[in-house]
Parts: sequence; C-alpha cells; structure tokens
Amino acid sequence: MPQNEHIELHRKRHGYRLDHHERKRKKESREAHERSHKARKLIGLKAKLYHKQRHAEKIQMKKTIKMHEQRKTKQKNDDKTPEGAVPAYLLDREGQSRAKVLSNMIKQKRKEKAGKWEVPLPKVRAQGETEVLKVIKTGKRQKKAWKRMVTKVCFVGDGFTRKPPKYERFIRPMGLRFKKAHVTHPELKATFCLPILGVKKNPSSPLYTALGVITKGTVVEVNVSELGLVTQGGKVIWVNIPYNNLNS
Amino acid sequence: TAAEMKEVSRLRDVERLLIQFQDEEGEVLGSPFDVPLDITPDKLQLVCNALLQKEEPVPLAFFVRGEAEVVSSLGSCVKALGVETEQVLPVVYQPQAVFRVRAVARCTSTLQGHTEAVISTAFSPTGKYLASGSGDTTVRFWDLTTETPHHTARGHTHWVLSIAWSPDGKKLASGCKNILKSSLNPECRYLASSSKDGAIRIWDTVLGRCEKILTGHIQSVTCVKWGGDGLLYTSSQDRTVKVWRAKDGVQCRTLQGHAHWVNTLALSTDYVLRTGAFEPATATINPQDLTGSLEELKEKALQRYNKVRGSAPERLVSGSDDFTLFLWNPAEEKKPLARLTGHSALVNEVLFSPDTRLLASASFDKSIKIWDGRTGKYLMSLRGHVASVYQVAWSADSRLLVSGSSDSTLKVWDVKTGKLNMDLPGHADEVYAVDWSPDGQRVASGGKDKCLRIWRR
Repeated sequence: MPQNEHIELHRKRHGYRLDHHERKRKKESREAHERSHKARKLIGLKAKLYHKQRHAEKIQMKKTIKMHEQRKTKQKNDDKTPEGAVPAYLLDREGQSRAKVLSNMIKQKRKEKAGKWEVPLPKVRAQGETEVLKVIKTGKRQKKAWKRMVTKVCFVGDGFTRKPPKYERFIRPMGLRFKKAHVTHPELKATFCLPILGVKKNPSSPLYTALGVITKGTVVEVNVSELGLVTQGGKVIWVNIPYNNLNS
Repeated sequence: TAAEMKEVSRLRDVERLLIQFQDEEGEVLGSPFDVPLDITPDKLQLVCNALLQKEEPVPLAFFVRGEAEVVSSLGSCVKALGVETEQVLPVVYQPQAVFRVRAVARCTSTLQGHTEAVISTAFSPTGKYLASGSGDTTVRFWDLTTETPHHTARGHTHWVLSIAWSPDGKKLASGCKNILKSSLNPECRYLASSSKDGAIRIWDTVLGRCEKILTGHIQSVTCVKWGGDGLLYTSSQDRTVKVWRAKDGVQCRTLQGHAHWVNTLALSTDYVLRTGAFEPATATINPQDLTGSLEELKEKALQRYNKVRGSAPERLVSGSDDFTLFLWNPAEEKKPLARLTGHSALVNEVLFSPDTRLLASASFDKSIKIWDGRTGKYLMSLRGHVASVYQVAWSADSRLLVSGSSDSTLKVWDVKTGKLNMDLPGHADEVYAVDWSPDGQRVASGGKDKCLRIWRR
C-alpha cells in the first residue's frame, strides 16, 4: 500500500499504460483460478488461516443469495392466521373494552394514593460517608477535621444562600450544583432535560436527602410542565418523580 | 264451583266485574261473565281452561286489556289501571309453555381443545350435538353425553366466524374470515352467507356451488336471516336492512331509518325456524335425532311455524350502533312499526323469545332490555353485568334468559320478575358466544380463554 500519493500523482501527470485496463480486467478474471489454486495447495498455518477466512466469506455469500432469492419469489403474507381471534361483532371495532382500561386506571390511582411518594427504591448499594463526603482540614495547623465537602452532584434550591463559612459543616461546591436533569421516558425512549424541583429521597441516608445529594437511586422531583402532560383526570402534571440513574 | 263462589263473595260483599276472555289476536272466547274482584290468576286459569275445552290444562297468563299482567288478584290490577268497573273488561289470555326449563346452576365441564379463542357455538336443533368455531381455524364437535371432544373439522384458513346448523340437524355450515354470518334455509337446501364485501351469496348445498349473488349493500353485511315466507332479510353497515325474495334473488324492499351500522337482526319466527320439526315440549333427557322422512319433518316444521306465527306476518327487529332498535313489518311496510330507544351504548344482539312475545336486546352499556315483542313497548332492564353484554340466549319456554358478557361471567335472568336467577362465573376471560340447547338442558359458552364450558342444572 503506497504511503503517499505518488502513484496517483504519476497517473494524473502521465496517464495509464496503454494496455492497463485490459491487463487489469484479465488479471481479475484469473482471480478465481488463483483462489482455487491457493485453496488446494496451501499447507500449514497459512492454510488454516486462509480456510477460516474463506469459510466466513462463504457463509456471508450464501446468506445474501438466500435473501435475494426470497425477494424474487413473492410469498403470501397471510399464510399464518393472525393472533387475537375475535368474533364477528367485534371485528371492525377497536380492541380492548373500556372496562379493562378503566379498571387498570382505578388500580393505578389506588396504588398512587396509598403511597404517593413511594417509588419502588431499588436495592442500591448504600454509599458510605468516605465516598460521598471528603474531609476538609481547617485551622492554623490544618488539624481540625470537622468540615466535609460533598463529592457528588447535588441540588440546592433557588433561594439557597450559604451559611457563614466559619460555621458551615457541609460544603457543596458550586461546580457540583446542578439545576437540570436528563429524564428518559421508558416507553417513548425519549430523553428530556428538565429543571429539578427538589430531591425527594436519597436511599443511602436521610442526611444526603437533607443536603440534596444526588447519587444512584435517588428520587428526584422534576418540573414536567414543559412536556405538557395531562393526567387522566384532566389535570396538568407539573411534578414528576423519575428514577435517577445518572452518574454513580 | 261458581255458585259457591258467588255465595261466598256476596257474603263478603265484594265488588264484581264483567270480564270477557280474548286471545292475543283479539278473538273472543265465550261470553262475558261475572267474577269477583279478588279472583286470583289460578282460578282464572281454571275457568279459562274450562272454556277452552282442551284435553290437558294449559298454564296461562292473563293481561287486563292486554297491558297489565294479573299477578296477585284481578282487583289490584284493576285498581292500578284505574279502569271503570261498569263496562265489560277484556282480559287477554296467553298460553305459556307447558314445560318448564330449569335454570342452569353449575358448570359440568370445561371442554378444552381449541388453541385459540372460541368465537361461536351452536347446539344442533334437537340439542344432541354441539359445535364450536374458534380462532384456530377449526370447528370442533363435542359429544354431550360424555362431554368430551367428538371430532375436529379442519379446512378453514382463517378464524371461523360463523356456524349454523340446518334445521334437520344433519348439516353444519361454517364461514371464515370474510363470511360474517351464515344461515341455512328452512328446507335445508340453500345456504346464505353474508360477507364483508357487501354481497350475499346463496349456495346450493346439494350441488355444492354458488347459486346467486345478491348485491345491493354498499358496506359489509352484518347479518342474514331466512324468513319463513320465502323472504331473506339482510342488514349491513350501510345503515339499511334489505328484504329479498329468496326464489329469484330480487330485492323487494329497503328498510331505512338507522343512523349507524346495523349490527344484528332478529325474526319473530327465528326460534321455530331454527328448531324445525323438533318440539321442545317433547324433549327427553337424552336428546334424540329427528326421525322420519323429509316430508314428515317438513310437515311438522310447517305446523309449528304456523302455530307460532299466527295470523300476523313475521316481525323483524334490527339493532344498531346508534343505540336504538327498530321493529319492522318487512313483508308489508317500509316504515318501522316502532323505534325502541333507551340503551346508552351500541346494541350488540337482539333476540325474540321462542314464543315471540318478548324481545331481549344486549348492549355494550352493560344492560339487557326486555321489550314487548308485538308492540315494542319497553318492559324492563336487566342490570348486573359490569362490562359489555355480548350475547344472549333464550330458554325454550321463554321464561329464562342467559347472557354472556365481556366481564367473563354468564347470568341467568328470570324474565317474569326481571331478577337475576343465577350468576355463573368461571370463565377466565371474556365470554364470546352463548347458546341454550333447544331441549333446555344445557347452556354452552365459549370465550377468549379458549375453553368451552357446559352448564347444567
């Protein structure tokens, strides 16, 4: 393989040999013979490698040929009887009766009422203090170790003001304060970037919930008014509690 | 005796009333005579039977002026109506079925075998055989004495949407995919099938070929019925009901009036045409095949037909997606006799009772309404189902009604009182097809759970 473009340059400048195309054509047509010669005469490791490669190639070829053949013969699509047999009076009507949908809705509402904020928390590994909080040494001789800095993403509300630095025990660095979260709708498989309203529950510890630390498995309240969702009852949803699987 | 009764009532100083017995068509029986106001239906029955001079006493029901039924005593009925006691009061007597069908109470067997939902079931006219069609493209025959599978008929390529027995019980017609309804002619030779493309085909079962194609409907034909007078009735999604002459396939009449798809048709003589020469009163515990030559059977069937039909022409009821039903006299008029409103969802099935006096309509609004079969007047609503009612079936004595619904239960109703007689849960999923055997012994129901259930007393 040429390292540079000198061959192309030469071709541009001087053109091809007079019999170039003819020779090329003939060489290519001899390829089949050469291949079969190789296949027959190779021995040893080279043979093994070659045969392996050839085998894979043949499989691919057979597949494409089969595909082409299928395209040629048009098969009857409705050979198999479709699923969902329905009596004559239900034929032209849309499937499920409203009853099932309604009962499902009612069951859902009951579930919701029972534990409104109860999203099934997964069994996440509880994150220890050493992982989430980093010890900050303060004092003249850097010996006092009562301050902690959060090393994970956290959410602080809009009206957040720091406590006087002398007295604040937990430092939430500005770089790790997030206002928006990417929420993925599981069915639609679409992701939206929505503003966070608050941290509802952090499974590791209530301390993290109070601080607003967001780790794996945290339940976060998100403003979904942008999506324009409406509940079954006709109320506009503006609060939604997604799973938060982001980061670690 | 009458003299004693007179004495007793005179002593008690009860008011007396002149009544005149009339039968349903207005013919007068005997002459008017005197009865005390507190006379009960049993005594009225005795008197009427004596006047009728029949060999065996027939159970009768009495209706004052043809409207209100005499339940406890004549007096209460008269008071309720507010009728003058000076004039002669006409009392209509209606013979009820001599035999009494008992309500089914238990599921005697679950017949599995279909690999897809069971879409249609039908008992043979004598009640000896049971056939069911399903989404797995097979029609299965079941032996009722042992309640086991008898035979599986393969051959269809799509869901078997309709099955119909011939009235002599010898043949079964089944239609698949685009054939929505099929029905055999009372003489058991011709088969009419309705189809989604809007045409009705008349097939000759003996020669095995299509005799006629009746076109005229614009959209899919939902129901086809053979009438006893040589007429064919068809309903379609194009909101019309058409009447055809069976002999030459000429369209006689188009009955218009519905505002949406016409889903179902019912003829007053449906039941008697279906059972043919079989008389439910003569049914035995073990159903028998119909014996006799074709001529004899035809004679018997004709007799039964004339008896049920009486002197009035056949009546037709059509139920539609526009939540109403129309009562027609298709042989004579284009205009409907009555419009029956009241349902709050589409009407899925309508059925005349075997004695043609009552009409039941099953609807997706979870209720069944009972109407008078002659005038179309609303009688009562049967509520109890919690989901759409798909199909209904009458018992042979017209006293009980079984309904199958999408809430997976069947319910047996007593039509006289309008109350639920029996609740039959057991199906795992929606019940698609229900049928009551003509000998009144069994009810078969099939549904989405692929099982066929047989219910007995």
